[in-house]
Amino acid sequence: MNAKSLYQEVILDHNRKPRNYGSLNNANHHAIGHNPLCGDRLDVSLSLEDGHIDNIAFQGESCAICKASASMMTAAVKGKSRGDAEILIHEFRDMATGKLDLDNPHHLGRLTVFSGIQELPTRVKCAILPWHTLHAALNSVTSASTEAESDPIHLSAGNG
Amino acid sequence: MKIVDATLEQDVTFANEMEKVRADFPVLKLEVNGKPLIYLDSAASSQMPQPVIDRLVYYQTSQHANVHRGVHYLSETATSEYEGARQKVQHFVNAREDREIIFTSGTTDAINLVMHGYGRKFIKADDEIILTTLEHHSNIVPWQMLAQETGAKIRVVPVNDAGELLVDEYEKFFNQRTKFVGLIHVSNALGTINPVKKMIALAHMHGVPVLVDGAQAAPHMKIDVQDLDCDFYVFSAHKLCGPTGVGMLYGKASLLESMQPFKGGGEMIATVTFEKTTYNTIPHKFEAGTPPIAAAIGFGAAIDYLLTIGIDEIHAYEMELLHYATELINELSGVHVIGTAASKTSVLSFVVDGIHPHDIGTLLNQEGIAVRTGHHCAQPLMQRFKIPATSRASFAFYNNRSEVEAFIAGIYSVQKFFSR
Repeated sequence: MNAKSLYQEVILDHNRKPRNYGSLNNANHHAIGHNPLCGDRLDVSLSLEDGHIDNIAFQGESCAICKASASMMTAAVKGKSRGDAEILIHEFRDMATGKLDLDNPHHLGRLTVFSGIQELPTRVKCAILPWHTLHAALNSVTSASTEAESDPIHLSAGNG
Repeated sequence: MKIVDATLEQDVTFANEMEKVRADFPVLKLEVNGKPLIYLDSAASSQMPQPVIDRLVYYQTSQHANVHRGVHYLSETATSEYEGARQKVQHFVNAREDREIIFTSGTTDAINLVMHGYGRKFIKADDEIILTTLEHHSNIVPWQMLAQETGAKIRVVPVNDAGELLVDEYEKFFNQRTKFVGLIHVSNALGTINPVKKMIALAHMHGVPVLVDGAQAAPHMKIDVQDLDCDFYVFSAHKLCGPTGVGMLYGKASLLESMQPFKGGGEMIATVTFEKTTYNTIPHKFEAGTPPIAAAIGFGAAIDYLLTIGIDEIHAYEMELLHYATELINELSGVHVIGTAASKTSVLSFVVDGIHPHDIGTLLNQEGIAVRTGHHCAQPLMQRFKIPATSRASFAFYNNRSEVEAFIAGIYSVQKFFSR
């Protein structure tokens, strides 16, 4: 695929003007995600009330793919139940790793702009990191990584 | 004006000569994403020229058997070619004797060999190991493992904003507990050439042995281990046009003899009974099991190839490419070169305002341009410069000026793409 087609306007827009960027004062769930491959760090905090994500924010230093993915993720899960958020996490991971058939019913909506990432294996982790971190935060794990034991997709890291 | 003309003419002839070597590299005919490949990642791994490929094929088709074992024709041939490769490496680094050259699986393996063979025998609790901020993880992690095991301490030589080691600080580190120095010759992330000869002399004034990680130096400059007077020198073949899976450890014979073996097995023994094993002499003491025979012979062929071009010629041409690229990249606004040491190899590490290195790498790849993006296995160094990662172009003697221009145009178009 042409990599430029991945960097669609919607992704560039979320990279330029990320939604829900910053920290939350009243957060009761929080996690830091780390991608040791590139050194990216992402901080996700949310307030979970009666099983619903009342509010969510993220901040950190990362590439455009990761930042846009985080921005669109926060917009997608805000107001959703924890169960619905977990479904999105699952579907997003499967889409990014090419395991989801987009022709079948799913809940990803505009998040399908990231479907092309499966053809850029070195960038899959960039898109997935925010979702890993959200999953960790929802499950009260304070840190997530795209590598080692906490890596559910086991892609190899860089060398040299 | 005549003088200027003469210089120009000389430059053009020189560049034309170097242009011819491109024909030796079949990979340069490759197209990536519909564009001719522009390979600017030789610091991670260099490409292989046809003579080295041919040598590997010839070995596998007509010379292969296990070494140091049989009395038959093929075993004798393989053994003599393998030992011949050792002598090529010996002469390449100007070691006194061929038994001072150990074939390892690469730089990392060689450093681990010294950590296990020397470090675990001679470094104790509260002893100090000096490393530098410029080290690759391969010359950090083994020593940390040793420090954890023994209770030894690690001290780290800082760098200035240009990426140059503060040698005055280094000098102050020495005391009677200092037992080892691990020193990168050329920084893989920034290209800084360190004053290793001076730093080795300072260590020796305190009786401390020095290991030099030459992975990024050996492909670009003449290495003379006797002149440097280093105690250990290590590098990999695949960064100098040879195959992966092989590298070398040079060690002074007396030190290698004093060390304990790293790996146990066949080849490294003199006699074995279930009561007691006596070890073989160096270098075999450190080459347990069947070695990477084909790769070692390819290593020798790569050295032959580089010597036909000339190490000084390679260095001079790569410096031209570096200076040209540096000049052009400095004209781009919002682009910052990380690593501006006075003495550098042909490595250009940079960051671009508002654009992450990974995005740059992906978009350059779209133009067929291969650069490295990330922390370059030097996370402490990235922390020193307060950046998570850089993009890195590394130029080899098989690159040319038009590739440098395409690379600079590529960065410019990435900037345009992100500002639309």
